[in-house]
Amino acid sequence: MRDVMPKWADVVLIPLISLVLAFLLSAVVIIAIGEDPVAAVKMMVTGALGSTYAWGYTLYYATNFIFTGLAVAVAFHAKLFNIGGEGQATLGGLGVALVCLALPWPHWTLALPAAVIGAALFGAAWAAIPAWLQAKRGSHIVITTIMFNFIGAAVLNYLLVNVMRPVGSMDPATAKFPNGTHLPTLHDLLAPFGIAFSRAAPANISFLIAVAACILVYLLIWRTRLGYEIRAQGHSEPAAIYAGIRPVRIVMAAMLISGALAGLMAVNNVMGEAERLVLNSVEGAGFIGIAVALMGRSHPFGVFLAAILFGFLYQGGAELALWTDIPRELIVVIQALVILFTGALDNMVRMPLERLFLGLRKGRA
Amino acid sequence: MDFATILQVLDSTVRLATPLLLACLAGLFSERAGIFDIGLEGKMLFAAFFSAATAAVTGSVWLGLLAGIVSSMVLAGIHGLASITFRGNQLISGVAINFLAAGLTVVIAQDWFSQGGRTPSLLGGARFNPITLPFAETLQPVPILGPVYHDLISGHTIPVYFAFAMVPFTWWLLFRTRFGLRLRAVGDSPEALDTAGVSVVATRYAAVAICGVLCGIAGAYLATALQAGFVKDMTAGRGYIALAALIFAKWRPWYALSATLLFGLLQAVALRYQNIDLGGIVVPVQVMDALPYILTVVILAGFVGRAIPPRAGGEPYVKER
Repeated sequence: MRDVMPKWADVVLIPLISLVLAFLLSAVVIIAIGEDPVAAVKMMVTGALGSTYAWGYTLYYATNFIFTGLAVAVAFHAKLFNIGGEGQATLGGLGVALVCLALPWPHWTLALPAAVIGAALFGAAWAAIPAWLQAKRGSHIVITTIMFNFIGAAVLNYLLVNVMRPVGSMDPATAKFPNGTHLPTLHDLLAPFGIAFSRAAPANISFLIAVAACILVYLLIWRTRLGYEIRAQGHSEPAAIYAGIRPVRIVMAAMLISGALAGLMAVNNVMGEAERLVLNSVEGAGFIGIAVALMGRSHPFGVFLAAILFGFLYQGGAELALWTDIPRELIVVIQALVILFTGALDNMVRMPLERLFLGLRKGRA
Repeated sequence: MDFATILQVLDSTVRLATPLLLACLAGLFSERAGIFDIGLEGKMLFAAFFSAATAAVTGSVWLGLLAGIVSSMVLAGIHGLASITFRGNQLISGVAINFLAAGLTVVIAQDWFSQGGRTPSLLGGARFNPITLPFAETLQPVPILGPVYHDLISGHTIPVYFAFAMVPFTWWLLFRTRFGLRLRAVGDSPEALDTAGVSVVATRYAAVAICGVLCGIAGAYLATALQAGFVKDMTAGRGYIALAALIFAKWRPWYALSATLLFGLLQAVALRYQNIDLGGIVVPVQVMDALPYILTVVILAGFVGRAIPPRAGGEPYVKER
């Protein structure tokens, strides 16, 4: 059954058909609430891609989704479903805030590496307990990571309300980070090259870190021994054990890397945009990572493309909500349909396609 | 803390435990049949919206309940299609269903009522109203037992009594009937059931359908009894707490009752007191919020009584050729 279809069909055709199905159903939803889907798409394209300001927001959201998408993808390679990106990114934000508020940072070039380490460490730490419980005690990682999302939210709520809130402030948020932690935006980065980019958009240098993370994850999964072991474990645990691979070590490694990647998202949204830590700063990006990883077939390049697509949907959806009666939640519906078709109903698309390719092959022979 | 306060807290425990109990039993049917369901939250939310919307338009809470059950069963059908017919990943399907409900309810609510993703407030016959059990007033002067009967046992809405009655019924259905035996068998070893000539697919669909009905009632209770109308994301993680309770209960009906009552008590206490002072040590409200999840992780870790899920849980069944 495995080689019924050529590889390009598996990698490109199936996600594409699933995406078209998801978009068609979304169009039906738009028509059902009495709006014009064509006009809606036009408005989304203008609002998300029509100017450097729009691109700045699209890339800002995409940066978040690259990190959370990579996080889910790395865990998928070890056949682990890390649904806890939300909590790990929340804790990553705590790491970033602690780093940024600890010292009067003189310049962002010093603050950024420290914040990256803080975010990755805290994100990984939040994935460590579910990973250990899965590896050693066999507790189902999906359930424990869901639980840790809620525990993480409660921890942050407690810290922001009772500990980290500046004296005299009613807002459950930390103080503003010192000026030395201000990350350069794409405007600052592109200006020396004579490229005019919107000053107001939040896209910042974290986007480059996200791209670097894509490349590093690619190298890790397909060019290192650990990556090979992770994939071997994902394909067949008994075979991996027979080959001398220790499952406990692989589960821990995959989940720690996954948690660190999810935590890194905080460099973008906490340090790069808000410049202070607020309640619910992740805003569901951890869950969007699931859709992004599924669409991108757990490959870093696929994750990158899918993250840009979701960045477009997110920014376009915000524009729709601003100018029409279509609420922002339409994007949640599209996201749900993408997860449903590319993840759960994969066989619905795959089975007829396999039959088609089988027929073609027989016809040729 | 005096007796009247304790009664009030326990009374609100019962109200808050009811949706958890219904959703927990719903998950119990599904997972005992080998279908993991993290879409309890989404099904409840969907049912909450459609029951409130129908009740608001028709003025009848019973039509609302029906709409809630039907809408929840539609989502259950999608879950069944994805995880039984197309043998997809049940966890991913559950995640998708949760998002589908979170998005669609607000989009449709905005389109129908234009009130920022909520339904109009429900009044009178559009809500489940408390019913007074016989002799509640007469017996009230009796010390201790009188107030307990009057305040705690009497004066709830119909879904509350239904939920508590479902516990022994679920036990009887699962452990004393042929259907229950088959349902449990399909979750532990579907190949045995297949060998015996019973349809694995049909049994699993039946379990998923029951799950849909119970989630529907849970959602309708939230929007038409506990509160008066639908608001965005009104389930607020209850589906996940029910999931936690299910693990806490080790997939057994009577344990499910005690687990959901415990988690309901935690919610009731967190609702009434912000921070609790235990003789010098102040327990912040966030600890009460997180306690169900922490307890579940501890149980899952297997340090205190190991929770072992149904053996074939989460695995699609492929007939041998």
